Parts: sequence; structure tokens; C-alpha cells
Amino acid sequence: MHELSIAISMIDQITEESANRGGLDVEAVHLRLGVFSGVDKDALLFAWELACEGSCLEGSRLVIESIPLVIYCDACQKDRVPPSVYQLSCPDCGTPGQKIVTGREIEVASLEVVA
Amino acid sequence: MTTRMVEVRAKVLKQNDLLARALRERFRREGTCVVGLVSSPGSGKTAFLEKLLAGLARDARVAALVGDLATENDAERLRRATPNVRQITTGTVCHLDAQMVEKALEEWRLDRIDFLFIENVGNLVCPSSYDLGEELRFVLLSATEGEDKPLKYPTIFNSSDVAIITKMDLAEAAEFDLPAARRNIESVRPGMQVFEVSAKTGNGMQAVFDLLHAQLASARQSQVAVTR
Repeated sequence: MHELSIAISMIDQITEESANRGGLDVEAVHLRLGVFSGVDKDALLFAWELACEGSCLEGSRLVIESIPLVIYCDACQKDRVPPSVYQLSCPDCGTPGQKIVTGREIEVASLEVVA
Repeated sequence: MTTRMVEVRAKVLKQNDLLARALRERFRREGTCVVGLVSSPGSGKTAFLEKLLAGLARDARVAALVGDLATENDAERLRRATPNVRQITTGTVCHLDAQMVEKALEEWRLDRIDFLFIENVGNLVCPSSYDLGEELRFVLLSATEGEDKPLKYPTIFNSSDVAIITKMDLAEAAEFDLPAARRNIESVRPGMQVFEVSAKTGNGMQAVFDLLHAQLASARQSQVAVTR
């Protein structure tokens, strides 16, 4: 369960970002989270509340957008969504693919701040 | 309450990634071949590493960093093969990160080390998110764990470069389905190299030594390229 470490990294990063912009009153944090990132969405939501206690983000909402796993198929020369996260092959032609296009993201996309 | 959106678009593990990249450059500059080891607890990481260190130490300079939640037991075991072993005790943290590695390397002369192994905390989930700057990552799967581990933990298998099936001496007793294990590894990480070993009997270890020596030779070549 490294979601707490991830949450703490996020808070550090957002605190810095906020300071750089003269102090933001953050109401919600929007995160892009790949399904192949190794981070569990529910565990992160749980860890978020805990990690925020006593920080400037206390009481903020975490909004997670799941990013699907997309691989590049060399045979079709196209981006493809594999049948599952444990079967990295083209759903059309069956060619195994190791080039990951999306699915590994752990990225703070935006902050919703009080205007 | 009115709100507005502030675009950030920042990778959460950017600090770790930057540090890992700096470490990787440092390893290349010093010509050290660095290999990370990940697996579940009890898969035979330390026994395998013990054999690797002992075998490679015959004609190369070896060192190891060993991550564990608690105790120095693993480091003590490995010191039988080389004195260059440092334990990283993570406390409650379930993975190593680049900063822990950097700190553990303090005062070590990397230019006097050919092979450095970084044994992660026994965990098939969390280490997958953290780059440690290693050149190669080995993921270990023991014959006694069952052949479906790769399907259950695709992220860690996919973030690794080489799969090592350990405890092959127990495969028959455990009714381990080797072809299925290889199929499952291929499914989550197409094209992945797979080695079957027994640290106990030494079977299969030579192929791993050969791979590592080839890796060192290429590390030395890129070192020449870097220093030129």
C-alpha cells in the first residue's frame, strides 16, 4: 500500500505549486491515474483524506480520472486497447505489443480553486 | 462559492523520476552495471542474490543494497559473499525510492564497483511505480508461488526487464506448470527474457551470469561513449 506515499508526494507538489502562484485555496484536485500505474484508485482516495489532515489541503476533494491502458500495435500501426491489463496484445490481430501509449499516468491535471 | 480551474499537469513522481535519471547517468558515467530485484516476500530473492554475488565476485567487484521493512538479517547473509552490502531499512514504507538509494550510496566509490544489485522490499505492487535508476530490473517468481502470479501483478512484470523463475528444484513437487508460467509472462510483458534457476543446486545460474557479463560489457562501452 504505497498510496499514502503517493498522496504525500501529491500534497508536497500542490503545496509548492500553490506557493508559486501566491497561495491557492484548493477545493478539489483532479488527478489522471492510469490503470497500469500500480496505484489503486480506492486506496488512494482513502489515503488522501488521511494525508491531507493538518495540511493546507485538508477538506479538499480528490477527483480521479482513470486513464485506460492503450498499446501501440506494430502490425496494425495503430493505438489499441488490449483485451485486459494482463493480456498486452492487439484486440484485432492478436499481435503482442509492448509499447505503452497510455495507462501509466500518475499526474495532477488541475486544481479547482476558490475564485 | 465560485471556483476556477488552474491547470497544473505535473507528474506526481517527478522528483523521484528526476533523481532516478540522475542516478542512471551517474551509474553509466562510473561504468557500474546496476540491477534491481523485485519479487513477493519469500520468493528466494536473497538466496538468488547470494549466489549471484558469490559467483560474480570471483572475477568482478560486487556490491548490494538490500531493502527491508526491518532487520539486518538479509544484509548479514549477503556479507558472506562480499563486505560491500548495505541495508536500507524502510520502516513502514513498502518500497524503495530513488532518494533512499542515493542516500545509501553515500561514500561508496562506484568506479570501484562492477555490479551493484538493489534488492527491493518484498512486494509485487508498490515498487512498480518507483524508478531507482537501475539499468535492468529482474522480477523473481518462485516455482512454489504458482504460475498465475504474472497475471495477478501485471504492472510489476511489465515494468521489469527480465523474469527469473526461482526454486526450480521444487517445481515438480509443487506441480509447477512451467509452460503456463512462460505464457503468462509473455502475456503481460511480450518479448520478456525468462531464466529458470535454482539457487540451491546452482542450475541455470550460468545463463544469468552470462547475461550480466554482457550487460557489464555494454555498460563499459557506453561509459567510453559518455566520457569521450
